Amino acid sequence: MAASLQSRVTGIWVGLIVATGLSWQFGHGFGFGEKFHYATAAILIITFVKIRFVFLDFMELRTAPWPLRMAFEVWAVSVCVILIGLYWLGV
Amino acid sequence: MSSTSAPPDSVKPHLPGETGVWMFIIGDILVFSLLFSVFVYDRSQEVALFVEQQQLLNQTLGLLNTALLLTSSWLVALAVHGARAGQLSRARGCFVVAILCGIGFVAIKYFEWGEKFAADLTIETNNFFMYYYLMTGIHLLHMVIGIGVLVFLWQFVRGMEFDAQGVGVLESGACFWHLVDILWIALFALLYLMR
Repeated sequence: MAASLQSRVTGIWVGLIVATGLSWQFGHGFGFGEKFHYATAAILIITFVKIRFVFLDFMELRTAPWPLRMAFEVWAVSVCVILIGLYWLGV
Repeated sequence: MSSTSAPPDSVKPHLPGETGVWMFIIGDILVFSLLFSVFVYDRSQEVALFVEQQQLLNQTLGLLNTALLLTSSWLVALAVHGARAGQLSRARGCFVVAILCGIGFVAIKYFEWGEKFAADLTIETNNFFMYYYLMTGIHLLHMVIGIGVLVFLWQFVRGMEFDAQGVGVLESGACFWHLVDILWIALFALLYLMR
């Protein structure tokens, strides 16, 4: 059991590092060219997906009582949408 | 405690850590959510300034610090699973490397702030640097407390008892460290990557 959980969190860590590299690339012009506002939206979405996996697999909310897990899921989606909306005010 | 007498690593539905720690985590996350929102709103009002000033940040150091914190968070998760499975020396080893990652983060932040001060970029320079120092400063305070928590857990695991209270202490400390990681993941995107 411990071995499978440890390999799962190791897989999550690899995913988080890869996602960080991808968002770094988006922040430096990769993929979206001059459409930097789309790149920023992608960066914010990747950021909150990363945060979600830290919640679920490192903080173990995946096996927490569902109201707590749901509260953090709703928080992650809400803050991501709010930040993209506020960012778009300046586009 | 030997691995044969330790309880199996559990994934049964439970609240990881103490209720009080989760109250703190929820409060802290809500305060930072407000701070993130105010930052992005103010940025939308002064886009040219924020984009120009962002170029003065050392992007490589920001990326390196992100890798260090993600790695430390992973090691702490491994340590918790290891300790619950009775692999105490492995758990202690993970905590040591996680602590070193945390110290590395603080050292890099010290160097980064030093660069900024040398360039006469202070909290009073403009709104961007006001937010930069405010948010990274509050996060740095979390880091220092978090490193202290990890040092405590490293010692705690040595004589850990596998009752509900012992596991609760272990999980509470780990959750605080993951909170520090989560806050930095967001700060890295907002301060260094947004364009």
